[in-house]
Amino acid sequence: MAKRAAPEVNAGSMADIAFLLLIFFLVTTTIEVDSGITSKLPPEQPDVEQPEVRQRHVFQVIVNSDNQLLVQDDVVEVKDLSEMAQKFLDNGGSTEPGKTCNYCQGDRDPESSENPQKAVISLFNDRLATYNMYATVMNELVKAYNVLRDREAMSRYGEAYTSMVKRAADWPKEDREEPEYFELQEKIAKIADLYPRNLSEGEPTKN
Amino acid sequence: MSKFSKKKGGDVPAISTASLPDIVFMLLFFFMVATVMREDELSVENRLPAANQVEKLEDRSMLIYIYVGKPTAAYQKQFGDNAVIQLGDKISPAARVYDYVNTKRNAMAEDIQNQMMVSLKVDREATVGVLTDVKEQLRRANALKINYTATKGDPMNNLRR
Repeated sequence: MAKRAAPEVNAGSMADIAFLLLIFFLVTTTIEVDSGITSKLPPEQPDVEQPEVRQRHVFQVIVNSDNQLLVQDDVVEVKDLSEMAQKFLDNGGSTEPGKTCNYCQGDRDPESSENPQKAVISLFNDRLATYNMYATVMNELVKAYNVLRDREAMSRYGEAYTSMVKRAADWPKEDREEPEYFELQEKIAKIADLYPRNLSEGEPTKN
Repeated sequence: MSKFSKKKGGDVPAISTASLPDIVFMLLFFFMVATVMREDELSVENRLPAANQVEKLEDRSMLIYIYVGKPTAAYQKQFGDNAVIQLGDKISPAARVYDYVNTKRNAMAEDIQNQMMVSLKVDREATVGVLTDVKEQLRRANALKINYTATKGDPMNNLRR
């Protein structure tokens, strides 16, 4: 008697089933955005005396209700903002001994900021400005800080600041007791301290 | 006689589709792994701006989401077409942000409460005024770590449309 082989299962419809599942997942899911510009709000402290900041240390950025940008009383394009902010922060105009900024590479204009520790960027937004403009301006100002920090970190440690921050964020959670991690955090804090993000947001004007 | 002679006159063999399911499954698994289910159902428009100075957000367990934008068509009758705030699944007034953040924070594990971060998902066309109200409330609630959630891209594209 001839031995009968077991019939092969037809796998032709397997593809259809898989397609069905695939299309279901394609339609039902949305990829969530998991990145953004991090910022810190000032804590609420009623009746605290405003620290006196001299005019030369303030970089005034104003956005009006028509999304126009006013920097230091001049109308400018958004694309030039980052460079202007960098120039201001990196000025290092102080000539007093002990206060000079020896790592600054700016023009040392005596009319502009003395050193990055004192320099403040003040941002005013009209309530009717769009978020589009706000996010872009914010991005450009943060970029100014990041460029300067990158440059400084590069010359001190041979690695860009943003790449160090990224490395620290990606550090495996269970290995965060390692001395290398603390060392990295220390470097980041050091650089951030050289160019502190003094970004002050005023109350937007009521219309 | 010749054992190794080529067969002649054979048709072109049909292409085997046996590996097709494997390919499709691979795609399927990719999508299953790469996607995260949305936490809240959106009732406001939410097209995020682009930025290039972005950092990665904290772990999802430490995040609180606040959406700002124009209500979608279904809600415009009730809420008008100015930008509004959405907390959880509901459109709420700005004064509710304080309670919402505190409730969410208390629901977190105690050791991560101080690492909590608020992800502000604001629509491109929303006005800054609403965002300011939200930030005012966040300061009141002492939720100071915030994040303007944005997609990676050239920020100059935001202004060109």
